[in-house]
Amino acid sequence: MDLSHVVQLVIQGILSGGIYGLIAVGLSLIFGVMGIINFAHGQMMVMGMYVSYWIFVLLGIDPYLSLVAVAAVIFLLGYFIQASVVNRILDYPEAMQVLPLVAVGLVLENTALLLWGPDHRSPQTALSLETTWIGPVMIDDSRLIAFALAILITVAIFVFLKKTDTGKRIRAASDNRMGALLVGINVDRINNAAFGLGAAATGAAGALLLPLMPVSPHMGHDFTLTAFIVVILGGMGNLMGALVGGLILGVAESTATLFLPATLKQVVSFSILIVIMLFRPQGLFGGKK
Amino acid sequence: MSRKALLLAALFAVLMLLPLVLGNYVLGIFVMIYFWAYVGQSWNVLTGYTGHISLGHALYLGIGAYATTYLAQHFGLTPWIGMFVGGALAAVIGLFVGFLGFRFGMRGVYFVILTIAFAEITRLVVSHIEALGSFTGIFLDFKPSLRNFQFRGNVPYYYISFGFMLASLAAVRLIERSRLGRFMVAIREDEEAAQALGVNTFRYNMLAIAISAFMTALAGAFYANYIFYLHPNTMFGMATSIDLILRPIVGGLGTLFGPILGSFILTPLSEISRAYFAKGGLEGLHLILYGILAILVVLFMPRGIIVYVNRGLDRLLHTRGADRPGAGGGERK
Repeated sequence: MDLSHVVQLVIQGILSGGIYGLIAVGLSLIFGVMGIINFAHGQMMVMGMYVSYWIFVLLGIDPYLSLVAVAAVIFLLGYFIQASVVNRILDYPEAMQVLPLVAVGLVLENTALLLWGPDHRSPQTALSLETTWIGPVMIDDSRLIAFALAILITVAIFVFLKKTDTGKRIRAASDNRMGALLVGINVDRINNAAFGLGAAATGAAGALLLPLMPVSPHMGHDFTLTAFIVVILGGMGNLMGALVGGLILGVAESTATLFLPATLKQVVSFSILIVIMLFRPQGLFGGKK
Repeated sequence: MSRKALLLAALFAVLMLLPLVLGNYVLGIFVMIYFWAYVGQSWNVLTGYTGHISLGHALYLGIGAYATTYLAQHFGLTPWIGMFVGGALAAVIGLFVGFLGFRFGMRGVYFVILTIAFAEITRLVVSHIEALGSFTGIFLDFKPSLRNFQFRGNVPYYYISFGFMLASLAAVRLIERSRLGRFMVAIREDEEAAQALGVNTFRYNMLAIAISAFMTALAGAFYANYIFYLHPNTMFGMATSIDLILRPIVGGLGTLFGPILGSFILTPLSEISRAYFAKGGLEGLHLILYGILAILVVLFMPRGIIVYVNRGLDRLLHTRGADRPGAGGGERK
């Protein structure tokens, strides 16, 4: 194995890791505020991909330009799911919170199947085949753009949570639910907004992924699981941890192809997951619990 | 004999006689009803009674199916014995998953994710093992005979699957009435309190997962010799793990008859959908309905539909149901 190949894999890993990070930031945000693990997270991302695909095919608008609109649609989806289902299960035992969200994922997945059929669809966008060479290392332009936008959106979410009133309310509810109630924050509405924001993050990630891989209804599980691994790696509820965890997992999966067939790279991620859960359940960077 | 027992006996007699009047196609639907009721019951042993949610139960189904088929194809071992080998293997794997989960204090969502991780790793690894058919899966030859567990027509399968379901019912009733069952429910309601009272919760958690895995694997052997095709994605995949938990949830988690009722409600829907909707391009429709039904049940009747059936039956038969503790009345939150 020569060095430039390794460098190539590491860079590719970092680029996909940025998107993993964005997906996981959404999951971690939802967990941080409500203590709920969104088992429909990957399916929401797939919805983002399909909305982006629809806008591209029907209106001819490039996925990068429709990003905000896609995020807005998935925000509304998340808001609706929170208001109709999740707000009712917040007091359930932790294990029983899993089942309704698994069912939500099932509904989303099969709605996609119903609307778009089982085929893999991949739109040919303007940039999808362009590449850039940096020395001996080749990078797909769309991967680079997706990475940059993913980091940008993640930073924007951090700034939103730090600076805006709604963001501060979300953090308050996340730090201390009872305290937030006491100072007059409408926690139900904040929950809706937080779930919506988490969904929007994963929806945006879906839009960024659309030029990179074909979309099909059943790919949601894989991304739900990837997001779990990243969030557990970085510490549940730790947003910065989710971003860094995404990068680590991206590099781990990509370099795993040096000694394993690419179709087995997830075995590496699941093994990392099990080891982390056994020996460092709070994650590498500490979680909130 | 109470009126309820009489009713059950009448129901049993009717179901035993059904093959005399029903055609092959409708019998096939009943086979699937009994099959999923059995699998749901097996999952119910772990999740319904101890409260630890497994979202990777396809793992044990797959182990049973692959082990039985492998032993039959390479060593000529009859599935009637092979399925118990598969069951034992599944129990060992279940004990390993349980050991990691229960010994290292993985509770709630962590345990759920652990079970998924093991099923997914197995799916990916089996997809790369040539001897197990790798990505293409395994096709079984059709050589009908009692020894091969393969038959022409659905009538033998009907009685076998019916027997499976009844056996699981008897097994779970036995568990429910035993110390094991009471300790399992104690764990579900409050594991720490049970531990404080001196219950060795680790041991009973391990027993529950081993029994559950063993039972699920036997169903895998049936599946292999009824469907004749095994693919790693359908045998170990998460979609199957989700599919198999919906019926007990809708029927009533942690109850004796919940998984059976759930299967009678949901399974025909999927068979009808396969026959009619798919041709009209509506192939995901039944799963959407399943999902919505499961959400509604968890939100508004977390003890399952069985509670309402029991109540209706009590009213109908003018009994108070006091003669059947545990049957459908299992507290569940």
